[in-house]
Amino acid sequence: MEDFLLRAGLAGLGVALTAGPLGCFVVWRRMAYFGDSLAHSALLGVALGFALGTDLNVTILIVCLGFALLLVLLQSKGALATDTALGILSHSALALGIVAIAMMEWLRVDLMGYLFGDILSVGWRDVAWIYAGAAFSLAGLAWMWRDLLRATIHEDLALAEGVPCARLRLIFMMLIALTVAIAMQVVGILLITALLIIPAAAARPFARSPEQMALLAAFIGALSVFGGLGASLILDSPSGPSIVLAAAVLFTLSLIGSTIRSSA
Amino acid sequence: MTHSAIPPGDTPFLIKGRNLRKTVGAATLLKNIDIVINPGEIVSLIGPNGAGKTTLVRLVLGLSAPSAGSLQRARDLIIGYVPQSFAIDPSLPLTSERFVSLGATSTKEAARARLREVGVPDVGTRMMTDLSGGEIQRVLLARALHRNPQLLVLDEPAAGLDISGEADLYRLIQDISDQRGCGILLVSHDLHMVMAATDHVICLNQHVCCSGAPAQVTRHPEFGRLFGAQAANVLAPYLHSHNHQHTVSGELDDERPEEAP
Repeated sequence: MEDFLLRAGLAGLGVALTAGPLGCFVVWRRMAYFGDSLAHSALLGVALGFALGTDLNVTILIVCLGFALLLVLLQSKGALATDTALGILSHSALALGIVAIAMMEWLRVDLMGYLFGDILSVGWRDVAWIYAGAAFSLAGLAWMWRDLLRATIHEDLALAEGVPCARLRLIFMMLIALTVAIAMQVVGILLITALLIIPAAAARPFARSPEQMALLAAFIGALSVFGGLGASLILDSPSGPSIVLAAAVLFTLSLIGSTIRSSA
Repeated sequence: MTHSAIPPGDTPFLIKGRNLRKTVGAATLLKNIDIVINPGEIVSLIGPNGAGKTTLVRLVLGLSAPSAGSLQRARDLIIGYVPQSFAIDPSLPLTSERFVSLGATSTKEAARARLREVGVPDVGTRMMTDLSGGEIQRVLLARALHRNPQLLVLDEPAAGLDISGEADLYRLIQDISDQRGCGILLVSHDLHMVMAATDHVICLNQHVCCSGAPAQVTRHPEFGRLFGAQAANVLAPYLHSHNHQHTVSGELDDERPEEAP
């Protein structure tokens, strides 16, 4: 197998394995829009990294973490109760990132690569970065799994039972930020949320427990990555969108399968 | 009635609130609230809609902090809570025995035993989203009991049940109190049910209108005024004239009498 294909497959697998379980919580907590906002802020990280000449991966991660902190802070103040406020912040961040990159005229940047991902160009250093991030975020999720689940099911009930819901929400947002930072190279800023929520949604009809759903979502995510990569090789289609399309196909199959099963 | 519970920590009470006040913005939701819950005691909270019952429950549970006054909780108090409304996101697959077992570290078998105890032995493997309103109320109760609580807080546990289901539930609560000896804080708007199964009644309408044993409270003039006015409430705003005398447990001191409009 070609080296670049091996790297692409490994990178995609690493992202899918962590995005599946994390994405389940995004779906359960109805936080898809938060994921989008975080992802949009990643382009600011790219711009900042170029402007300062710092390592792109690290800069993107720091900007995403900072943005997640800002969102949690604004949300706890009740100032960000609506989708509107979140949408303003999210798209402003995206626009600012695009404008900032365009302003740096000396740069020759492939903006499309950041918006829609460029998995075929990841290097071994990127693969290592992705696996470090994935391992950290999965370990964090496993560590707080039970209490995060309790907080997700019913926050007041969990609070009355002594679960530190606010702290868990903050840590969870940080893990999402980390996942966004590592998933960016695979599917790009505009499609990250798809990798979080589509596998989780496809897994839902076949799961009888939260853990089953998380494992199934990771598996479906991995299938999407390989299917999308394969399609992109054969059809010469852009890799990031092909991966998301593969996930959408699997979701459709899941929907058809569950409809047939429930009507049988 | 025998109550064997030993109070946790070194205080005789489970909850003791003095002169509690809760304001949100310019609105005063609660003022001059005294509340004590002792081990083995069923304390009922009654009052019309908007009286601040749920606000007071949230203070007791520690879900929100009082704006003024002191609220003491017995050290390491274990609380079992049945919230007024419960809806699980349909995207979250969860059987009811798993839901119950999330309340405390335990086995599934122990969770099933709790479901039997509250009278729904067959719902264990069913999904939470497939349960009826009455079944959910009992599953919530099972989870609260599963924590082996010293204090059980039930916010309108009979909401959405029919008359006979309601009577069954109150009988169950009475049994739980007798067998476990835990303190119970019960919120309800159903006077008859509450009066039959309670040790201490707190009649709430932003402040404590009257409180005491059921027999005492029902004779209190304020009680009649409060609940007699409920029907009239539908057509006209309820006028609460503050010219009344309060009992010792429901004293009202520094508040200026409100003027009738």
